[in-house]
Amino acid sequence: MIEINNVWKRYLDKTVLEKVSLNVEKNEFVTIVGASGCGKTTFLRMLLGEVEQCEGTIRIDGEPLIPEPGVDRGVVFQRYSVFPHLTVLENVMLGLELSDSRWLGRTFGRRREQNVQRAREMLERVSLERTSDNYPSELSGGMQQRLALAQTLVKAPRILLLDEPFGALDPGYRSDMHALLLDLFQELDLTVFMITHDITEGFSLGSRLLVFDKPRVDPHNPDLYGATITFDLPVGHHRRLDSIVDNMNVKPNQA
Amino acid sequence: MRLINRRPGGLGVFASAAIPFALALMLYVVASSIRLAENPDDKLLPDLSTIGAAIERVAFEPDRRTGDFIFWTDTGASLTRLALGVCLAALLGLAVGVPNGLVPWFGAFWSPAIRALSMIPPLAILPILFIVFGVGELAKVMLILLGTAPFLMRDIEQRVRELPREQLIKAQTLDATSWQVALRVVFPQVLPRLIDGVRLSLGSAWLFLIAAEAIASTDGLGYRIFLVRRYLAMDVILPYVAWITFLAFLFDFGLRRLNRRCFPWYGA
Repeated sequence: MIEINNVWKRYLDKTVLEKVSLNVEKNEFVTIVGASGCGKTTFLRMLLGEVEQCEGTIRIDGEPLIPEPGVDRGVVFQRYSVFPHLTVLENVMLGLELSDSRWLGRTFGRRREQNVQRAREMLERVSLERTSDNYPSELSGGMQQRLALAQTLVKAPRILLLDEPFGALDPGYRSDMHALLLDLFQELDLTVFMITHDITEGFSLGSRLLVFDKPRVDPHNPDLYGATITFDLPVGHHRRLDSIVDNMNVKPNQA
Repeated sequence: MRLINRRPGGLGVFASAAIPFALALMLYVVASSIRLAENPDDKLLPDLSTIGAAIERVAFEPDRRTGDFIFWTDTGASLTRLALGVCLAALLGLAVGVPNGLVPWFGAFWSPAIRALSMIPPLAILPILFIVFGVGELAKVMLILLGTAPFLMRDIEQRVRELPREQLIKAQTLDATSWQVALRVVFPQVLPRLIDGVRLSLGSAWLFLIAAEAIASTDGLGYRIFLVRRYLAMDVILPYVAWITFLAFLFDFGLRRLNRRCFPWYGA
């Protein structure tokens, strides 16, 4: 359970987020849409612990969030999510080895075999078992994102944070990735936050859709007011996109 | 076809690379024969057979006074100094550059000092090095070290900062400690960049080596060139210069191959 209470983020002369409050239950799949520069990524980076809020509190299962990335929150970025100097298998094994061996960050012998085994199972799950000895640069964009998912999920995080993970992929390829992500979501007991700029993806993939927007805009000083959650809609792929748009009076191009 | 789309083929690549060298050699032979025709005792542009005889004398006959093959003892002495200086500089570059780029507090402390240090012209403090470390091997190695290490430290620091922030975040979500980030994410990715940095700094390393040998030494390639200069012995100087150039080329080539072989992911 994640409780976000009246969170603000200001930089010197700019308010990015204001009055953001949100409760998210375990096993929710939250998709986040909004115009560029309206704080979606800042919000995600706060959950990640990379950015600290100026005001307000973020609690995970009652504990205040430590402003530092940690192993309970996995992340996949749009790019640069995998390590170019490690093979596919090593990329997935890295998380296991780091926890097993605090000084060397490497495992040997029996331990290593166990980790190889676990990594291979994960790679099979995302259909990358055949490329386990390749370097990421030899993979397509979609394969790299699948690898990034496998690398993150092998650590069994409670919360999965996705920052436009499929933004750079072909539309045809994206639906495959959606199916995979939904499978893993149900299988691994995750809570997911996913930023997307594809509003169809936002409506169809998640169980809950957040729209970030600026409720107040000062035309002479656009940075004066920040963005907040303007719509918080229950969605699901069983619902039809059009009916929700009609009911809530949101136009897709608004987001 | 436009000029920018025409490319030399297999033999063309080789021939066009070889032509400037052949031209230079031809030009030398012609100039040398003109001068020698005017004055057979001219020492400035000795002909190729004189150079060949000089090479045989220094490389394949023991020196009359010491019994050494001076060409090879010179090469050995110089390469030892160069290797020591450059390897120590590379180690120092890693040991300082990585924490400087990765640990904000470390960088805040050391970065400005290293930037200042790198502005000191190394040759200007060569006398100080001779005073402090004596005129032995240590001062020469120190000159190469001081001349190349600041560049490598700053270069590595910059390379570390250029690593995508996403990678460092990702590693932390995979349970990495600061040490593990340095060891498993930063260090292996910086190694091939260090080798590139060493390739770039080899030029100045040679400069410092020869300068130090010219001023205070009893052997070494630079020492020999400056010694025989007194007798206008171009027949020794020219092959020594060619040899140094060849060695420098060899190291550059070798390091590039090493990078490609050991880090196949690099530059991909």
